[in-house]
This record gives sequence, structure tokens and C-alpha cells, in this order.
Amino acid sequence: MALEVQGITAGYGPVTVLNGVNFRAEPGRITCLMGRNGVGKSTFLKCLMGLLPATEGTIHLNGLALEGLPAHEVPKRGLAYVPQGRRLFGPLTVAENLAVGGLVQGNDENTLHRVLTLFPRLRERLTQTAQTLSGGEQQMLAIARALCLNPKVLLLDEPTEGLQPSMITLIQEAVMSLKGQGVAVVLVEQRVDAVLRLADRVSFMLAGRVEETRDVKGLDASDPVFRTYVGV
Amino acid sequence: MKVWLLHLVLIAALFAAQFLLSPYHATNLARIMVLAVFAMGYNLAFGYTGLLSLGHALLFAAGMYAAGLSAQILGLTAGPALILGILGGGLLAAAVGLLALRTAGVSFMIVTLMFAQAGYLTILYFGATTGGDEGFTLPAASRSIAGFDLSTDTPRFLAALALFGAGLLASLAIVRSPFGRTMVAIRENEERSRMLGYNPFAIKLAALVISGLYVGAAGAAYALLFGYAGASFATIQYSILPMLYVLLGGAGTTLGPFLGAALMFALIEAASGLTSAYLFFVGAALVALVLFAPKGILGTIRERWVKWLP
Repeated sequence: MALEVQGITAGYGPVTVLNGVNFRAEPGRITCLMGRNGVGKSTFLKCLMGLLPATEGTIHLNGLALEGLPAHEVPKRGLAYVPQGRRLFGPLTVAENLAVGGLVQGNDENTLHRVLTLFPRLRERLTQTAQTLSGGEQQMLAIARALCLNPKVLLLDEPTEGLQPSMITLIQEAVMSLKGQGVAVVLVEQRVDAVLRLADRVSFMLAGRVEETRDVKGLDASDPVFRTYVGV
Repeated sequence: MKVWLLHLVLIAALFAAQFLLSPYHATNLARIMVLAVFAMGYNLAFGYTGLLSLGHALLFAAGMYAAGLSAQILGLTAGPALILGILGGGLLAAAVGLLALRTAGVSFMIVTLMFAQAGYLTILYFGATTGGDEGFTLPAASRSIAGFDLSTDTPRFLAALALFGAGLLASLAIVRSPFGRTMVAIRENEERSRMLGYNPFAIKLAALVISGLYVGAAGAAYALLFGYAGASFATIQYSILPMLYVLLGGAGTTLGPFLGAALMFALIEAASGLTSAYLFFVGAALVALVLFAPKGILGTIRERWVKWLP
């Protein structure tokens, strides 16, 4: 088992956003997080990465406790995070962004080769600054940079939001490929069709908790669970 | 390769300039090169790492007084005094950084400004040793290195050029190294850098210490080459000047500090010959800069035309 979360509670100041979240993500599987805006999906990912301290609960990755670690230590334990909005290092080139991404892991050539095989378009843009890439290419770079850490678990926060359909397809194919490589993918996604296409399992969040977790097999777009938790 | 060549050409051009310029202008150019080293140090902290400090006068004064007092009290010659000055700037940067880097943004500016003011007042308080407001001139015997008298034109110019050249090439090596890219990553997005496994505090502290080494070297060189150390170099004006040099030349460019220092020096030189209110011209130049080239001269050139400019 890759990632095991038990009873995580966290918030901003006096406001509690996560209220006892239980969650699991397993190697070679894609687990989606769904829920309406404001239920705490992005906050949960931040909490996993140590950006927001948990006031209660435990987070274990392959049996090792992550809660309480400084945020910069979490990626070294095998978690990588691609937040909404990409947040690239704009003035650096694609190659430099990838180098910065893999520096703490020693920047080995195999990893870089694997990442560029996954996103061949980036290979053509290695000397281009990140701020001059298209939105889809920037998202590819954000994911590629996170993959330079050789993560066991990859957290993706709405990676296809605002992208054109051709780019969405490329990114979804890359995510499926990661699943095949044994990475545990945690995907925050709002679109039901994408969840049904990509995910093995989906956890529905409501009011700061995971209320229900279902295998995607057997679900379809008309299932009432989507209306209940996502409103579609 | 062309990047290194560009920098070497500049150094060669400066070397050649001594044969073309009058002694007065050669001395001014030596002064500009030392101030450019000051600005390079500031640029590493601000331009590359995003640390907007208002306390670099403290580090400049640390280098100046470490070198000056060691020459005056201990009778050290220029070489050891310069090393003490460099160490003085670096150590003080580490001490200030350990406290100030717990803040960010405007708070960081204010904390560094407070440290610089405390340093200035300390120099005045120990006026019996430091010379206070009036400062002191360095003993002639201390202003020599390897048998060359730094109070004479040619050795002074060459010493300033050596310091400038070493500083420039080292800064280029730093910003093109993995550490340099990490500095830029921190500047661009500290949280994202943390998510890639970097400790922003440690990286910012390292950048500030390197900046302090540069600024300490500049302060020490200024004292040793021009023979004077005084409290005026610890005032806020000397915290703002390197910022202006860097903003004018181009923050986050390796050659920007030199260009900014040279242009600002020339502007002040020309304007102060016309009026005592020469800061009016400096202000007008900055307004024009903000309006037409907010990334500085070389920053704008890089953005629009010469993408490979480091």
C-alpha cells in the first residue's frame, strides 16, 4: 500500500476545512477526488504535502509517517504535487525547470529520459523558457518536473482545467502511462467523463471529509452519486 | 560559450580602457568597478533570489571597517585586510540572515533596514575607534599588495579590475550552476520550490552569505584602494545605491550591475556639476526607467532581443 491517511483534520486559523479525512491510494491505481467547490480537495492535497499542518490524524507512505515533517522533506519521501495553476519557474528554460525538479534526487539521466519519453513535445522545447509555452505544454512541464522526483505518489490538482481537447488527451494518456509504471496517482477532477475514463476508484468529499469511496467499475455518468456529491 | 566570451570581452575592454582614459577618469572607472562588485552582490540576493534588502550598507561597511581597522590597528597589508573584509561581509550577512530571513517581503526590507541603522549607529557610538562621522584614512603602508602601491593609479586600476573580473566570472558561474537555478526557482515561487524538496530558508541564507562576501569585498576594496573608511558608507544611501544600480542595469542579469553602476555614476557626476539637487535627475531617470524599461536596460534587451543574455 502506498498512501494511507487516517482522520486528518486541518484548517486555516479558526476555520476547520478538513474534518477527519480517511483516504487510501495504491500503487498502479488512479484514485480520483471529487466534490463541490470548497469541500477541501485542494486543501487536502496541501495537507498531504505538509504545506498546511494537520492538527489531528496520520499520513503514512509505505509505513513511514509524513505528518509533522517540514514541507521540503515530504517530496524526498516520495510524494510529488502538481497544483492548480502550474506555477512554473517562468524565466527558466524547460531543461532548467526539469533540472531544478530533479536536483534533490540527483538528476539521473534515466529519469529525464523517461520523463521526456512521456512528454516528447517537451523534448522539442528544451531551450525555450517556460513562460513562452502554451497552456498545455506548461501543464506537461509541471507534471514532468514533478516526475523528476521519481515519486511513488503523484498528486494532480485538476491538471486538464482550461486546456484544449487535444492537450487534455495527451495529458490523460500520460497519466494512464504513469499508472502502468506503478505510480499511485491521486487526481482531483471535476469532470465525470474524465473520472470514468481514467480512475480506478473515486472518493467523494463533502464538508471536509471523504463521505464515500466507490470503484469506478460499475459506475456510469448517470449514477446518482455524482449528483449527490458533485451536483452534475 | 558566447556568454563567457561576452564577459571576457568586457573585462578585456576595461583593461584596455586604462590606456585611453585620463588618470581622473581611470580612477572613476576603478571606483565604478568596485561599486559594480557591490551591486553584483546585491544582484545575487535581489535579482536572482528575490531578497529585497535595505540593509546592504551594513555589509559594505562591515567589509570596509574590517579591512580598514585591521590595517590601521593591526598594521595588516592589503591582501590579508581584503580577506578579513570579505569574511566580515559574509559573517555579518549570515548573522543578519539567520534572523531577517524569518520574515519576507516588506517585513524583510524593514528588518534589514533596522540592522543597517543599528550598524551605522554602532560605528558612531564607537567613534574613538572608527572615527565616527569623520572616518579615518588608511595608513599608506597598508595600501600595498605584492609590492604594488594601491594608492597609485595603475596598480589601483588593475586591483579594481582584478576584483571586478573575478567577481563577474564567479557570479556568472554561480547563476549558471544548479544552485543558481535554485535561487531563481525560489525567487519565482518559494512554495513550489519547497514542493520540489528544497529548503527555501537554507537557500536564501546561502545566497545572502554569498551576497555578503561580494559586498564585503567591495567595501574592503573601496577602503584599500581609495584610502578612506567612514560612517557615511553605512548610511541608508549605500543600501539604496546598489538597488538603483541593479534596477537600472537589469535585475537578474550578470552584466546589469556594472552597466547600472556606470550609468548612475555618470549621471550623478554630470548632474552634481549642474546643481546640488542632483537627486532630481536620479529620480527622473528612475521614473523613465519604470515607465519604459521596468526590467532595467539589460533585462529589457534580454526580453526583447537577446534571449541568451545571462
